Amino acid sequence: MKNFFSTAVSDATPIGGAPSVAAGQIRQSRESSTLLEARLRRARLGLVVGLVGIVMIFVSFTSAYVVRQGLPTVDPRTDTLLRDWFALPLPRLLFVNTLVLLVSSGTMELARRQIARQAAVTRTSFSNLGAASDRSWNASWLALTVVLGLSFLAGQWTAWRELTARGFYVSTNPSSSFFYLLTGAHGVHLLGGVLALLVAMVALLLRRPIESRAVILDIAGWYWHFMAVLWIYILCLLKFAR
Amino acid sequence: MATGEFAFHETHAHAAPRSFIRKWVFSLDHKVIGLQYYFLALTAVFVGMLLSLLMRIHLIWPNVSLPLLGELKPETYLSLLTMHGTIMVFFVLTTAPQGGFGNYFLPIQIGAADMAFPVLNMLSFWVTFLAFLVLLAAFFVTGGAPLHGWTGYAPLSALPSAGPGQGAGADLWIISIALFCLGALMSALNFITTTLDMRAKGMSLMRLPLTCWAWFITAILGLLAFGVLFAAGILLLLDRDVGTSFFVPLVIVNGQIAGHRGGSPLLWQHLFWFFGHPEVYIAILPAMGLCSQLVSVFSRKPIFGYRAMVYAMLSIGVLGFMVWGHHMFMSGISPYSAFAFSVMTMAIGVPSAIKTFNWLGTLWGGRIRFTPPMLFAIGFVSLFVTGGISGPFLAQPVLDIPLHETYFVIAHFHLIMGVASIFGIFAATYYWFPKMFGRMMNDRLAKLHFWISFVGTYAVFMPMHYYGMAAGLRRYSQSTDVAYMHSLLPLQKFITFAAFVTIAGQFIFLFNLFWSMKAGKKATDNPWEATTLEWTTATPPPHDNFGGHTPVVHNGPYEYSVPGAPRDYVMQTDPRTMEVGHKA
Repeated sequence: MKNFFSTAVSDATPIGGAPSVAAGQIRQSRESSTLLEARLRRARLGLVVGLVGIVMIFVSFTSAYVVRQGLPTVDPRTDTLLRDWFALPLPRLLFVNTLVLLVSSGTMELARRQIARQAAVTRTSFSNLGAASDRSWNASWLALTVVLGLSFLAGQWTAWRELTARGFYVSTNPSSSFFYLLTGAHGVHLLGGVLALLVAMVALLLRRPIESRAVILDIAGWYWHFMAVLWIYILCLLKFAR
Repeated sequence: MATGEFAFHETHAHAAPRSFIRKWVFSLDHKVIGLQYYFLALTAVFVGMLLSLLMRIHLIWPNVSLPLLGELKPETYLSLLTMHGTIMVFFVLTTAPQGGFGNYFLPIQIGAADMAFPVLNMLSFWVTFLAFLVLLAAFFVTGGAPLHGWTGYAPLSALPSAGPGQGAGADLWIISIALFCLGALMSALNFITTTLDMRAKGMSLMRLPLTCWAWFITAILGLLAFGVLFAAGILLLLDRDVGTSFFVPLVIVNGQIAGHRGGSPLLWQHLFWFFGHPEVYIAILPAMGLCSQLVSVFSRKPIFGYRAMVYAMLSIGVLGFMVWGHHMFMSGISPYSAFAFSVMTMAIGVPSAIKTFNWLGTLWGGRIRFTPPMLFAIGFVSLFVTGGISGPFLAQPVLDIPLHETYFVIAHFHLIMGVASIFGIFAATYYWFPKMFGRMMNDRLAKLHFWISFVGTYAVFMPMHYYGMAAGLRRYSQSTDVAYMHSLLPLQKFITFAAFVTIAGQFIFLFNLFWSMKAGKKATDNPWEATTLEWTTATPPPHDNFGGHTPVVHNGPYEYSVPGAPRDYVMQTDPRTMEVGHKA
């Protein structure tokens, strides 16, 4: 089994160069600690940049929302200008879903902190003790987050069903178009988050080095929190800018 | 994000692949991916050029029967126009300078072993490739390619019943653009992270070659712009296929009510041009960075005003997001906002002029070596000035309104966004070919290619300004029967003949490119005596770029003719032995 130190050495090696055999375990552990930090920094930077791209998509939707809401349209029968936007009655289920998502954000944070702590413990230990303590980490918080995430998506789907049952389809009114658009786009992004969590779980089952797991989970965690914030924003837009 | 994360691990872990598929097809190596982007763009540019040739032929001989197409119908002309624009803007001008050369040389120039997220990098190429296939597929579906131009204005683009290409063809067009956006976003993510996080020791931001600055700023523009186009594309697809009314008002098409109401065609234009104007800079900024590099290398002088160049590019990037309304003076926007957009647009003239004067300042008093890349770099500066100077004219609503629907605008943007950036691609090809393929390109053929392209470009696009000022209208498939335009026919003929010659000249380039790969003179590691990191490594660079060590940077990128130095240039990795020399 590949233990933690073997990864640290191969990672700390200058690119393509021969591994420095002389390196002592203390140095290795220090190097691995800075390497984990370097990996986290790069992955987080990538995440922030990626989130900016996602933000731009939702900024565009918001801009279209505001413009479309304010537009008058010609009524051909009376030849007058009128506003064709009506306030969409939001299904109450959305607020339950919001609660579910917020709780999932909490469980996600617990999972993230657990593995971060684990990685910290492992990298400060001077022996393979870390690899042993590694096994004690379990995926229950992660699994709970996935379940809550999927419940949120199921809840959103139910909310859609409720709206269609009341006769609000995608093309019924611009307000309903935007409702389906925004919730749908958020749902797709959240599904991406669920997939990332599943990847993290697979990494755990495959016993990937703890640092890899820590990085995957850290990124998935921040993405997940961002999805929660994005959802709150969308809900506010739908609720207060009807 | 998960993909990117794994990719990080690969950066250090992946060994040189041995199988053909892993090495050349699904490669994680940024150099191979760069070449893939480059050859994708090369294929695309010849397709796009063929389409423009067909249009030019039709404009002067409207009744001639063309191979495969027969006699051209007006709607077919519009399809050619749409596909020409789309292919050229997305798959050539965005793909080659950034995806191609950026991918290949950004990591090497900053001293990294690869991009930050190699798997993501591979994915972004294949998504872009898929986008290209989807776009080409539009030619072969019922009704053919769409008619709505590369700008896809609604309601034409939003109504499948509006014309022959507006059914499946337009759907494919939108899907292709959306895919392209995804590829561009992934690539932007990679470029930004790589530039910020993977620079070698000593490579401070102010020691970055200007090419890297240009790729970095271009990536930021791409990150902010492509998301908007992606969102607009989703809305357009919903309008077309689900029956929403984001962009389509109550309209009657061919005597039938289309079923939409209340949408705003202007909303599409705002979203599109919020992307579309930065896209112009996405096409031209890498060429600016490259030409700054080349002008310095081949004048054997430090670049004039390095910091000014960086700040000028940054301000062009920022201003580029504030001027999209100047594409819409014709669309009936409020005169107040038109005025604001007009002033912002003219303000871009300032950083552009700073750059131009800095290029001239670098050339001034230099020991100029007229190599092929230098010729194309000077050609770029020339085209940038010629094409740019009509910008402040068009930036004024009162002048834009009469000129906008004419060939004047066609001439303007082809010179500055199209050919100037293509000259950047040529310059980059001639400059980096020795590093990429280990051989030199043929010098004589390259110079012949330059002169044909340079004179040819002016012969094509200068008369177009006059044609436009004489009210020659764009987008019309033919004007030979229109009385007032009849007298302009000789001008059109001249343009078409000039296009024939210029396009023929491009085959010299193509021949030179492939011939030199096999039979060119062997290149040394640093044939141009340049200072940046790619010239410190082997030719072609090894799999990990620097053959097992990480470079350490001691100098700025433009240390030429340094007083007291043993040679007339100081490599970025040379130890700093003296404190004299210019401040980078």
